[in-house]
Amino acid sequence: MAVTGLLFIGFLLVHMYGNLMILLGPEAFDEYAEHIRTVGEPMIPEKGVLWVLRIGLLASLVLHVWSAVTLWGRAGKARTTRYVMKRPGYGNFYAKAMRWGGLAILLFVIFHLLHLTTHTITFGEPEPTPAGRVLESFSQWWGVLIYVVAMVAVGMHLLHGIWGACMTLGLNTSLKRAEQIRFVSILVSTIIVVGFLIPPFAILLGLVK
Amino acid sequence: MKLALKIWRQDGPKDPGRMTRYDIDGVSEDSSFLEMLDLLNEQLIAKGEEPVAFDSDCREGICGMCGVVINGEAHGPERTTTCQLHMRSFKDGDEIVIEPWRADPFPVIKDLVVDRSAFDRIIQAGGFISANTGSAPDAHATPVPKDDADRAFMAAECIGCGACVAACPNGSGSLFMGAKITHLGELPQGQPERDARVIAMTEEHDHLGFGGCTNLGECTRACPKGIPLNVISQMNADLRHAGYGRR
Ligand code: HEM
Ligand code: SF4
Ligand code: FES
Repeated sequence: MAVTGLLFIGFLLVHMYGNLMILLGPEAFDEYAEHIRTVGEPMIPEKGVLWVLRIGLLASLVLHVWSAVTLWGRAGKARTTRYVMKRPGYGNFYAKAMRWGGLAILLFVIFHLLHLTTHTITFGEPEPTPAGRVLESFSQWWGVLIYVVAMVAVGMHLLHGIWGACMTLGLNTSLKRAEQIRFVSILVSTIIVVGFLIPPFAILLGLVK
Repeated sequence: MKLALKIWRQDGPKDPGRMTRYDIDGVSEDSSFLEMLDLLNEQLIAKGEEPVAFDSDCREGICGMCGVVINGEAHGPERTTTCQLHMRSFKDGDEIVIEPWRADPFPVIKDLVVDRSAFDRIIQAGGFISANTGSAPDAHATPVPKDDADRAFMAAECIGCGACVAACPNGSGSLFMGAKITHLGELPQGQPERDARVIAMTEEHDHLGFGGCTNLGECTRACPKGIPLNVISQMNADLRHAGYGRR
């Protein structure tokens, strides 16, 4: 879980960087989109690198979800009689949301692929270029809203996920370390959420044309 | 003090059990939680009813026998054991819900008494050192750095009460296990069996049906000895070091 989760974070940081290209203008973004399809050519066939990454991400996703479901099932079997009363205010809201939140993110990813990868779903007019599709989608306020909700879910998942990954990797070895890990998980989650949300808002506010 | 108690009553392991309400009056604020239950039991016996079964031994917070879940919190609202909890932590007229530890590896024997021998099995799997017996060695025969000794001592404070399991939404015994692994792993005497210990203990833990840790931290919040979450991370570090999964 920890390893695949950290791979996702690496992916998200690269993806976020790619998205920020749109601030340099639609041409820069389209060039970038073209580039990720042609890296390594002619040594590597078109979309070769892209497909290796896609398969890697899919394999990580399967492992990540499989581990989560296993843990979920073990937890259910470890307490078949529930408490009549739960501790008032138990748990951090973001940590409690890992399971349902994770599933919600999975649904978002499927939606997102149908939207911007396969173009099965379009917001507004169909557009021929990647940048065109992004600009069209985020000039709708509700398009931005969907992505805001999704990114908040991702941020919550990361907030506990990074902490948990560090715990599992054995990095939390003192009270001071625990504070440092908390700090890093807040920092990285914030960077990812804010970084992903800059382009949609810039487009909505008409700063990118 | 006047209190409304809602207590889990279960005649035996097979009985499905139920919550039963008891009203009790004349409880002193200075009595301990268990003394309050003693008072209830005296009244029940006088009325010819079956007293509420609960565990206790030392009643001074060191043996780990006495835990129950009070208003949804393992060992109740203070960071201490149930036996060291006092009625001044409650208000006159309060309703108090009392349940046994809920975890399938800790089956209920009767009322509030659970069988915690699953913890003994985890200890038997590896929570020990194989020392030569004989006369006690001199204290300075094996030097231990102060920081290591302090951390080992901190972890050794675990009294095996099981509150961590009771509080964990996953029903995991990781805090208990991490405490034992850190306690022995910080000391020179614990080194020869360190790798084998962590593997054997975690395998036994999983085999007994405890849940897996998702790093929520409810355990450390409930622990009467304040065992920190980092002992679980230490256990994971030891597991990785022992090459778990690679063999
Ligand atoms: C505001 C947030 C986001 C925006 C604007 C965005 C935008 C995009 C765009 C434009 C593409 C298509 C790229 C192309 O076809 O060249 C894409 C692909 C993708 N995105 Fe996002 N994305 C966002 C958030 C996320 C999040 C949070 C995740 C995962 C948790 C994610 C996962 C993916 C995946 C898996 C792909 C497919 C990569 C592939 O082609 O195999 N995205 N995204
Ligand atoms: S770690 Fe704390 S809560 Fe768990 S058994 Fe030990 S003393 Fe009890
Ligand atoms: S009876 Fe010993 S710790 Fe409470």
